Amino acid sequence: MKGRAAGAGRALPAALLAGLALAGWEAVVRLFGVPAFLLPGPTAIAGAFWGSRGLLLEHAVPTAGEAVVGFLGAAVAGTVSGVVINRSPLMERSLYPWLVASQTLPIIAVAPILVTWFGYGPLPKVLVVVLFCFFPITVATVDGLRATEPDLLRLMRSFGASRWRTFFMVEMPGALPFLFGGVRLAVTYCVVGAVIGEWVGSSAGLGFLMIQDKAQFEIPRLFAEIALLSAMGVSLFLAVALLQRLVAPWTLRRDRR
Amino acid sequence: MDGVDLEVEQGTFVALIGPSGAGKSTLLGLLAGLEKADEGVVEKDGAPLLEAGSVAYMPQSDLLLPWRSVLANVSLGLEAGGTPRKEARARAAEVLGGFGLAEFAKRSPWALSGGMRSRVALLRTALLGRDVLLLDEPFGALDALTRRHLQEWLLGVRDGLAATIVLVTHDVDEALLLADRVVVLTKRPARVALDLSVDLDRPRTMGVETTAGFSRLKGRLLGALGVAG
Repeated sequence: MKGRAAGAGRALPAALLAGLALAGWEAVVRLFGVPAFLLPGPTAIAGAFWGSRGLLLEHAVPTAGEAVVGFLGAAVAGTVSGVVINRSPLMERSLYPWLVASQTLPIIAVAPILVTWFGYGPLPKVLVVVLFCFFPITVATVDGLRATEPDLLRLMRSFGASRWRTFFMVEMPGALPFLFGGVRLAVTYCVVGAVIGEWVGSSAGLGFLMIQDKAQFEIPRLFAEIALLSAMGVSLFLAVALLQRLVAPWTLRRDRR
Repeated sequence: MDGVDLEVEQGTFVALIGPSGAGKSTLLGLLAGLEKADEGVVEKDGAPLLEAGSVAYMPQSDLLLPWRSVLANVSLGLEAGGTPRKEARARAAEVLGGFGLAEFAKRSPWALSGGMRSRVALLRTALLGRDVLLLDEPFGALDALTRRHLQEWLLGVRDGLAATIVLVTHDVDEALLLADRVVVLTKRPARVALDLSVDLDRPRTMGVETTAGFSRLKGRLLGALGVAG
């Protein structure tokens, strides 16, 4: 109970700030009579949301699905590539530079190619999300594994431990604080990735709906879609934070060593 | 190191002492099979020791794993060596009980004091059940009072540990209190400056430090270390 109360107390400043900003926004829109197609006020956006709630939720489902599946794919791809790069100096020299180079590609320019290859279904969106999200996880895995204390490796050798056991008992768990850092960063990209994938070519999803609403000047609903996407991203971030708290609570301690 | 020739008999407790940078830790790493000598050999029971994993080794820092409980940290060495997890944990629980630390089994390492962490690290090493135990300044990072407690504790549990112990230390009192024999190394290149047999009665207690015999030995050690004795 105490913990929950403290958590609510911690969220209070952020909630207050949001309340103030929304009130200010509403006031400006009303005082200056800003037209809704330029900047709708928060109440107008809320009204648009409520009015189209069925439609919005219907289109939120595919977007959330692409984001989550892509993110999970990126988590696997990022961890595996990080481990491979860590284990093999040859891979570090051959693969790592190209992974870095892949991050300089404008993914928004690659997305149409993916659509021509894989069609209008969810696959190209998932791939865009993977491209957006895997790299921070790769880097975090590489850094985390590299940060293993040499003395700990010596200790494991003195126990007569195989490389394999050393990896699973010491190196991988030791990399978790870094890995979770990368995952928390990556998860904030995944919704953006899904929307960009949908912009390029789709028949469903919030990204698809946004393009339509922009063309039809449904600006309040466009804002409602943005708010919904943001809420989706925040929820995913909180889910990852909760997962970290559950499976590796020690990574959250400052005095863990 | 230059011409260090050392023979440790089974069942003895030897303390290695010397100035910082004399290569005490390196020597211990050699004995543990963790490092290779440019020249010379390390033999155990007459056979050359080529690989790590046949003697127990405790490094300077406790290196407890924060994601493992005290119990799981104590069993780490056995598990790393291939003992099935269940069996390793059972034996760790037994040894924790035997040393009066059963109540700490479920704690996390960060909830322990420095002295308790050292105890856990020592038990982790001892649980390997190897006949040689190499301790690299095990209490070096502790405050003076905690160190006294740990020395007293080690004195008390010594018989329950492995047969042969080699302890690296920079603490003259600690060496004399615990060991049967103290070997003093010189500065680089390290040579054996003095090989002293500690003929103080056993079982010892902390009280031995105020006896005349202790002072006499301490004087010789300090002399060999080049400190006014």
